[in-house]
Amino acid sequence: MEKKFFTISVYSENNVGLLNRISGIFLKRHINIEGLNVSKSEIKNISKFTIVVFTTEDWTRKIVAQIEKQIEVIKAFYHTDEEIIYQESALFKIASHLLFDERQIQNIIKESNSQIVTVSRDFFILAKTGRRHEIDEMHDELEPYGIMQFVRSGRIAVTKAAMPITALLNEYENNN
Amino acid sequence: MDTMTKKKTTHKNPKKLRVSGAEAIIHCLLAEGVDLIYGYPGGAIMPVYDELYKFQDKLTHILTRHEQGATHAAQGYARVSGKVGVAMATSGPGATNLVTGLADAQIDSTPMVCITGQVPRHLLGSDAFQETDIIGISTPVTKWNYQITTAEEIPGIMAKAFFIAKSGRPGPVLIDITKNAQFDELDFHYEACTGVRSYQPTPVVKAEALEMAADLINNAKKPYIVFGQGVILGEAEKELKAFVEKSGIPAAWTILGLSAMNTDHPLNVGMVGMHGNYGPNVLTNECDVLIAIGMRFDDRVTGNLESYAKQAKIIHMEIDPAEINKNVQVDVALLGNAKETLKKLLPKIKKNSHETWHNEFKLKYEEEFKTVIENDLHPKKEGLTMGEVVEEINKASKNKAVIVTDVGQHQMVACRYAKFDQSKSNITSGGLGTMGFALPAAIGAKMGAEEREVVAIIGDGGYQMTIQELATIYQNKTAVKIVVLNNDHLGMVRQWQELFFESRYASTVMTNPDFVKIAEGYHIKAQRVSERKNLKAAVEEMIAAKEPYFLEVKVEKEDNVFPMIPSGASVSDIRLK
Ligand SMILES: Cc1ncc(C[n+]2csc(CCOP(=O)(O)OP(=O)(O)O)c2C)c(N)n1
Repeated sequence: MEKKFFTISVYSENNVGLLNRISGIFLKRHINIEGLNVSKSEIKNISKFTIVVFTTEDWTRKIVAQIEKQIEVIKAFYHTDEEIIYQESALFKIASHLLFDERQIQNIIKESNSQIVTVSRDFFILAKTGRRHEIDEMHDELEPYGIMQFVRSGRIAVTKAAMPITALLNEYENNN
Repeated sequence: MDTMTKKKTTHKNPKKLRVSGAEAIIHCLLAEGVDLIYGYPGGAIMPVYDELYKFQDKLTHILTRHEQGATHAAQGYARVSGKVGVAMATSGPGATNLVTGLADAQIDSTPMVCITGQVPRHLLGSDAFQETDIIGISTPVTKWNYQITTAEEIPGIMAKAFFIAKSGRPGPVLIDITKNAQFDELDFHYEACTGVRSYQPTPVVKAEALEMAADLINNAKKPYIVFGQGVILGEAEKELKAFVEKSGIPAAWTILGLSAMNTDHPLNVGMVGMHGNYGPNVLTNECDVLIAIGMRFDDRVTGNLESYAKQAKIIHMEIDPAEINKNVQVDVALLGNAKETLKKLLPKIKKNSHETWHNEFKLKYEEEFKTVIENDLHPKKEGLTMGEVVEEINKASKNKAVIVTDVGQHQMVACRYAKFDQSKSNITSGGLGTMGFALPAAIGAKMGAEEREVVAIIGDGGYQMTIQELATIYQNKTAVKIVVLNNDHLGMVRQWQELFFESRYASTVMTNPDFVKIAEGYHIKAQRVSERKNLKAAVEEMIAAKEPYFLEVKVEKEDNVFPMIPSGASVSDIRLK
């Protein structure tokens, strides 16, 4: 089976130790996590993990089943890149003098649709949100001028189709 | 037996009781109906042990000689009684010694709650004395785990622990309790847990899936059932029998399904798997509908997946959604508790008798009998075989014993030849294959079913992994019968070396101590048999004994267990010799 990027969304209770449990499932199957983000979700007190893996659909399906089996996990889904809207964010720290000495930098900023977050005497910070390849391109363009620090976040994603968590929760509440 | 006799409790839920966390733990256990626990004390769990001392009349604590022994004893107890086994240990090394038992219980779906002490909250993460991250360590081998750091959490978490351990697909839960939480006080109030929002333990079987399954079964020419432990855990033995009898379908067991249906039942055709029976393995690749009930298509059962039952439509009755299509792609998934599923399926099944098809199993059995079984059970050669010992145990115990086995050749022989007419009688480490399991598990099994005969069958290797539990047996006068089948080798590994490593016996020859003297050193009555003429009487004496009894049988040193599916081979390539 063909390997692809899959984005796994996990809705869960917000409990200590759950990240360990979930990451352990990938570890057991020797699958690298390409991106990981944990945040609150649209539902009060419920967390959402967004995990990116590069593997086959069969393995992704099995992993999702094993994630769902964890006691604190409410529901897990997986999607291909075509089925979601997704982004990552990155911060670039660059020496301030380059902003004046290197004209090209201003063009890169404009063309990449990034924002200057702050400027101090020694450095300025650029923030860029977008797809992985856009951030990578910007990184490649800036690199020859010297990047003092670079960081990129995990992927965040929402699906084009609905993820019926609220209905599911209501059903649970009524059953229990 | 007075030191271990279970105390009868009538525990009333104490309303608004101001107690220490340690005392609260005892109240929680009592409220859950626990009257027997296994464990080993130490600094970080001492407040709870102090309470155990005070509550001795209500709750019996069995001191094993190693924490691993405590977990296996709790497992043995759980497996025969159907209740939750409880084991307790201190922090650090005490906690890490529980890991093998947790892993074993996890893979064999045994309900167990383990309680560990932990350093005080303010020392967490500081590499304090006997601190270990047992939550991190036990995460992959528990169904759920939780660290309690405040006394108030105790009742709620303990209730949740028991609910999770025993519901749905059962499993082990570990609760780690910091010492401050044991000392601090709380207003105790206990409510049993009946549900956890994010956890749906028992799916409800879908009507249309039932229709599809019934249709496949009713139209099958060569249907075949393989049943596993899910039948026992779901208490679906009666329903399985009714289903098998009405449909006339031959049924085979996995080693953890063994005893779910009486071994003598005419439609019970034998064991599947690496050392299972010939027919049940070969015919897996000839049936047209394979009905898997409460089993998980373990690789020891399926052999090479590429050539496993490819011709058959597969129906899978299973409680755990993650097992569906995990190893074998199924045509109909019947997600739910086996009892409910079988109950709903039965009226839809047409009465049938698949005689010609059943005959194929009989023919294969005859073939296996001639080449293997005859020689195992009624050997003509001089040396004693493991099979004939098992056969004597069957006879002396009239098929009524609980048989607890360790891991190795003797395990496979026992699972092939032991006879059972009652469920929950076969206790073995199936999924993890844990040597050292049997002796402590037999202790737990005897305490979980005092009225039953419990016979542990163990190899000379595995016996020495938890041999110290003889002291637990002596101290508690636990009337288990221990049979060590001594071949002076790590037999199963030696067999593989002979077959696949050109008989290079790397580290599998064992120079053993005098096992009889050792047993006697623990004040356990002991005997050794090395000749056939003495076997019957010795086994009879052992079974007749009212107290613990040790029997060493010197068996043939280099016997092999057959049939055998070499690893990676197909079930149809099973070798008879
Ligand atoms: C804890 C543990 N270590 C190693 C093994 C690997 N192993 C499987 S069977 C076996 C040999 C068992 O020998 P023995 O207990 O003498 O039983 P026999 O096979 O001779 O009946 C070994 C070493 C295991 N299953 N468990």
